[in-house]
Amino acid sequence: MLAEFGQFALILSFAIALFQMVIGLLPLMQHADKHNMLGAITNRAAVLQAILLALSFVILLLLFASSDFSLKIIVEHSHSQKPLFYKLAATWGNHEGSILLFSLIISLLGACLSLFGGKLDIKFLSTTLAIQAMLAVAILGFIIFTSNPFERLNIVPIEGNNLNPLLQDWALAVHPPLLYLGYVGLSIPFSFAIAALLTEKADEEWAKWVRPWTLFAWACLTGGIALGSYWAYYELGWGGFWFWDPVENASLMPWLATTALLHSAIVMEKRGALGSWTILLAIVAFGLSLLGTFLVRSGILTSVHAFAVDPERGTVILAILFYFMAGGLSLYAFKSGHIKQRGVFAPISREGALLLNNLILSVMLVTVFVGTLYPLFIDAIGASKLSVGAPFFNQTFIPLAVPLLILLPIGNMLPWKKADFLVAMKKLIWVFLLAFATMLMFLYLTGHRDILAWAAVLLGVWLVFGAVWEILYSARFGQIEWHLALRRLFNLRRAKFAVMLAHMGVGVLVLGLAAMSAWRVQNIQEMTVGDKMSIAGFELEFDNVQNQTASNYNEIVGNFTLSKDGVNLGNLATAKRRYLKRSSPTTEVGLYNHYFGQIYIAFGVLGENNKVQLRAYYNPLVLFIWLGPLLMMLGGFLSLTDRRGRKVNRAALKQQAQHV
Amino acid sequence: MTRKQQRFTFIIVGLALLGLATGLILTAMEDGISFFKTPTEILTEKTDSQKRSRIGGLVMDNSVKHQGSLLKFDITDNQSELKVEYEGVVPDLFKEGQGVVLEGYLSQDKIFLADSLLAKHDENYMPKEVADSLKAQGHWQEGDTKAEVQKVSE
Repeated sequence: MLAEFGQFALILSFAIALFQMVIGLLPLMQHADKHNMLGAITNRAAVLQAILLALSFVILLLLFASSDFSLKIIVEHSHSQKPLFYKLAATWGNHEGSILLFSLIISLLGACLSLFGGKLDIKFLSTTLAIQAMLAVAILGFIIFTSNPFERLNIVPIEGNNLNPLLQDWALAVHPPLLYLGYVGLSIPFSFAIAALLTEKADEEWAKWVRPWTLFAWACLTGGIALGSYWAYYELGWGGFWFWDPVENASLMPWLATTALLHSAIVMEKRGALGSWTILLAIVAFGLSLLGTFLVRSGILTSVHAFAVDPERGTVILAILFYFMAGGLSLYAFKSGHIKQRGVFAPISREGALLLNNLILSVMLVTVFVGTLYPLFIDAIGASKLSVGAPFFNQTFIPLAVPLLILLPIGNMLPWKKADFLVAMKKLIWVFLLAFATMLMFLYLTGHRDILAWAAVLLGVWLVFGAVWEILYSARFGQIEWHLALRRLFNLRRAKFAVMLAHMGVGVLVLGLAAMSAWRVQNIQEMTVGDKMSIAGFELEFDNVQNQTASNYNEIVGNFTLSKDGVNLGNLATAKRRYLKRSSPTTEVGLYNHYFGQIYIAFGVLGENNKVQLRAYYNPLVLFIWLGPLLMMLGGFLSLTDRRGRKVNRAALKQQAQHV
Repeated sequence: MTRKQQRFTFIIVGLALLGLATGLILTAMEDGISFFKTPTEILTEKTDSQKRSRIGGLVMDNSVKHQGSLLKFDITDNQSELKVEYEGVVPDLFKEGQGVVLEGYLSQDKIFLADSLLAKHDENYMPKEVADSLKAQGHWQEGDTKAEVQKVSE
């Protein structure tokens, strides 16, 4: 009964989305005096549609929580003996549920826009909501006609199939919703862009509206990608954190586009330039997130992360992708001529720096795109089957990323309109010297002699110090008396600190990557109880082996004692787990944090005669790899809380317009 | 600086960057790409051991041997058998009868030296290339992956 109710709410939500789409588009054709009425209807429809869809999703959650095995997807993906948290997480651990979540986020964001978008021009708002509804109609139609999550089974089994054990993990339970918030969060900038083209409103004010939504999507995307990477690191037991796998690339591409969009929207908002480019980026960024969804869902690419794969349904996602991209881009081709371009600037200027940032990010995006889709293209024309591996991406991505990162702190120092490169460099000379000194200290401590590692550490420190210096410079440290500067520092806008956090995060990430590629130590050894292994100055002693049983798995646990220079640091355990209902085992790794590095141990093959293979790694500064993105995400959210810059100063805009 | 000059400058910079990227992509294609082959294909064609390949097949029964950290096994496409040596992380799902995808080089004495071994998270999952080549030989039926679901619902 509950399931039917859920399905009913789903269908009703679809119908209302259809209605919202039609009514929302009417103001484009109608006279202005009808706009308020039509806009109000669209607004309410958006809220109602989201509530119904949320109801449907909550019902699905309840059904999963109560393990209702009359539903097909619950049988396929859940199990009564599983902890409640993972029963709930199983709701989006499958194709139907995850697509439902996808459409729910589209609708919720639309509802948020209609509730908090009161300041927006009514015609523009209702057009945006109509586009948002169009997306909802496409995805909901897809669910209702091909992937009904509420499908019943005729014969009800007493037990379910269980969720893939690798997915029974907190990081992976949170990762898909966060990533989806990022992917789908980009639907709002997309709808904004389409509405801007339809209503011919692409100006500074538009950029001001679109920025917080982009920021939100970007922060979620950053967090989602980092969480996925951390999951792969400790759950797959391979010790790696990024494999340049198609599914990873699928999330990296929209991230690159959104990062570019975030920066170009600043230029558009502050200077009225790059409007046309920003609109294009907003369209493309969402296209890439749909492409990402398609690649992951269709299983068309060989990937280590292929979950919930279904090629036929993939085709429908491809059709949706085509419709919105073809529509969006042709609209852009016809209408982008109307976008006003103001704010002429010299190549060496803040605008120029941000544009260069955009160009480099786009080119990086192109290389990832080519590397990810090239095998697909070659396969499609029937030439041969091939795969593009990590070396390709390392050789194309890194040489482009390095100049971008070197220039980042310098670009931050450039004033708008016209700047002098040498003057900016002069302001940074102390930052550079300090970074250089830190690098030397680093090298003295580690005694490593690899020139590339030196350069990478220098780059990371340069970014971190550069970010800190930028905010100190804004507070005018070194120009006015320090206590005045300190007061200025406290009065600076939160958005300034947000920028610092995000850019610092990039530096921290670079440091983590540098340390991991230069100083990582690995040791594989066959051991029996009582054996010792030494790694990077640490000593691991194999204490014992235990068999343990939990509610939904059995495991063989190996306990180890970690010590350094005779000092006991604690116990570490690694295990081979066998989940009920699934035949293949999984590996649980043991981790010990040593400052920002980690000792990482994992069982390899369990051999005969009580011999086990143990893989141990010393991963220096590995936590920086996720701390960096965490800082970026925090920066994003901090910037969202800064409302000071968001209130549109209409008087100032009018004045500006008169001057132009 | 006029708007025309501005646009011209940026187009030049953009094109230069794109050219750079093309160059990078083309050089990286040299050794960043590996072609997918079946055991039969790699054994019959003229060997070019410098070229990286990607091999897919089923792990043969009773062929898996561990020698210290070295893993030895045979894979098959039901036509030819290929000896494989691999050193590194063995995925949990690796077992006899399982479909795997390997990357590496063929040695002079026809042993495939793999540096990457891929078996999927999902035990129902068959690497696409393997499925395609098995399909081509009629060893694969649509719906095989759904067997487990059917068992439960029956």
